[in-house]
Amino acid sequence: MSSVNQTLNPAGGVSAPPAGLRPADRKAGRARETRRKWYEIIGLTTPAIVVYVMFVLVPIGFAFYYSLFRWRGVGPPTDYIGFDNYVMAFQDPIFLDALRNNAIIVFGSLLIQGPIALGVALLLNRHFRGRTVFRLLAFVPYVLAEVTVGIMWKLILTENGTFDALLRSIGLGGLIQAWLADLDIVIWTLLFVLTWKYVGFAIILLLAGLSNVPQELNEAAQIDGASWWQIQRHVTLPLLGPTIRIWMFLSMIGSLQVFDVIWVTSVPAVRSLGASATMATYMVDNGFFARLWGYGNAIAVILFVISFVAAILFQRFLLRRDIEGAITRKAK
Amino acid sequence: MTTANTVLSPAKRRPVSWGNPLTYALALAVAAVSITPVIYVVIGGFRTTPQIVANPAALPDPWVFDNYIRVLTESNFWRQAFNSAVVSLGTTLGVVALGVSAAFVLARYTFRGREVLYTFFTLGLLFPAGAAILPLYLMLRDLSLINSYYAVILPQVAFSLPLTIVILRPFLSAIPRELEDAAAIDGTGRLGFLWRIMLPLARPALVTVGILAFVTSWNAFLLPLLVLGDASLHTLPLGVQQFSSQYSSDTAGILAFTSLAMLPALLFFTFAEKQIVGGLQGAVKG
Repeated sequence: MSSVNQTLNPAGGVSAPPAGLRPADRKAGRARETRRKWYEIIGLTTPAIVVYVMFVLVPIGFAFYYSLFRWRGVGPPTDYIGFDNYVMAFQDPIFLDALRNNAIIVFGSLLIQGPIALGVALLLNRHFRGRTVFRLLAFVPYVLAEVTVGIMWKLILTENGTFDALLRSIGLGGLIQAWLADLDIVIWTLLFVLTWKYVGFAIILLLAGLSNVPQELNEAAQIDGASWWQIQRHVTLPLLGPTIRIWMFLSMIGSLQVFDVIWVTSVPAVRSLGASATMATYMVDNGFFARLWGYGNAIAVILFVISFVAAILFQRFLLRRDIEGAITRKAK
Repeated sequence: MTTANTVLSPAKRRPVSWGNPLTYALALAVAAVSITPVIYVVIGGFRTTPQIVANPAALPDPWVFDNYIRVLTESNFWRQAFNSAVVSLGTTLGVVALGVSAAFVLARYTFRGREVLYTFFTLGLLFPAGAAILPLYLMLRDLSLINSYYAVILPQVAFSLPLTIVILRPFLSAIPRELEDAAAIDGTGRLGFLWRIMLPLARPALVTVGILAFVTSWNAFLLPLLVLGDASLHTLPLGVQQFSSQYSSDTAGILAFTSLAMLPALLFFTFAEKQIVGGLQGAVKG
């Protein structure tokens, strides 16, 4: 390191000191070089660190502080109430509904999107004419803004809307439900919309992972007489493990904080009864719109802690093996 | 779709020339599920609301262009598209500039605390952006940034940094050491090396993180919803939402507005799809 760095720095006047130089000079040069290196390190990383700390880390700290007050957001918080906001949250059946809905979305997304995405990715990884076009089409839902997806499905699923008309026209009119208004059904409707929206993300990740599987392995297995299905099961899938776990991780974090699609698709009245609320919509409804800032921040902290603990547990038990090789390939 | 796996099994007998018709049938089914709703929205925009009410699932008869013309001329569509463009471009530039600088240091410098710094940034991947939204709003309010483009750009840059650094670092590390040495012999310092050799070589990765940041920002809803109360600053997602609740009986108009709002992201992605998948390969490499 040190010798290379010395030659690196002609501007500092210490480029590769000739062998005859006095040791003291060489030492001074090295010190100057080290100082210069640190200036560069600090200069290049400071902007990123400042923005990151200020807008990602600091707000979370503030959330905890505000959550200890009864506060309507005007003037500094003064009405200290300890952990009452947290107690209140866990006693509110609407919040408990929101927690349950988040659980449905987390596990529903993993269990439904995973197999679908795997099937589609294996399909679109085959070589056939027009594959690029099909890939593009499969990604479309993921690229669309959450808001447009929400409004689109809201219009399609509205009572006596397109979907109902479609069901009637194929003789399944008896299955028609109030998809977005029935309190027992709305969360499953939303899970469907979320699946439609986000399965493309899983497909993109899996395709990227699949393209890293060396073609030679497939060919070797083929020569050994393995069928296409056996190759997928015993060669491709194990190699795809890290990608699948990364997707599960991102999907889980995304599901815990899901807001946009829920907010836009479901009617406020249904949401306020808890049937379609999630932690994030509950937080924004109460904290921002009802101006219960202390309470809203307590929900933020709960949301944060749940996500963080889930992430740590996931890291600890599932991602550990991948974390160096996959998501953060260790720099040399 | 779960049937995909069962249907695939005929391959057992013919692994090489696996039934093309079947591949196409399945691929067509996937494509149909993905884009039928989108096509419905686009075509619906060419109908009138009475047509839609009378028969929700039919082709336009006759085709009317009035909805699209109305949205393009009378609504705030252009204003909102402009705001979206400013916010997304600002976010993208910020993320790429800050991300490259930090990732370059983390990839090419050896120093005490480097891995700590890297872990510090990757921690951000675990932080749900949504959880920070309320205190973020309060902080931006105290900084008098509410109702400005910065209120959206700065937090979006911050929350995109971790992923950007995670994607960029391996790319920058992989560029051979010999190039750096050669540049040094030619009298180029490390910063010159970053600017003149590293950045051109890392362009695919830069495009990937740029696109990801751009699309995320273009589609963002929650943050703009809270910090852009001023209607003249609304971005497209806010505009679509606003339009659909304000003119909730004008179904055809909503469909037209929604399709127009979809268009930029779709076009953008069509051109950039290869880059995204290619760029992610580095990030998910096993």
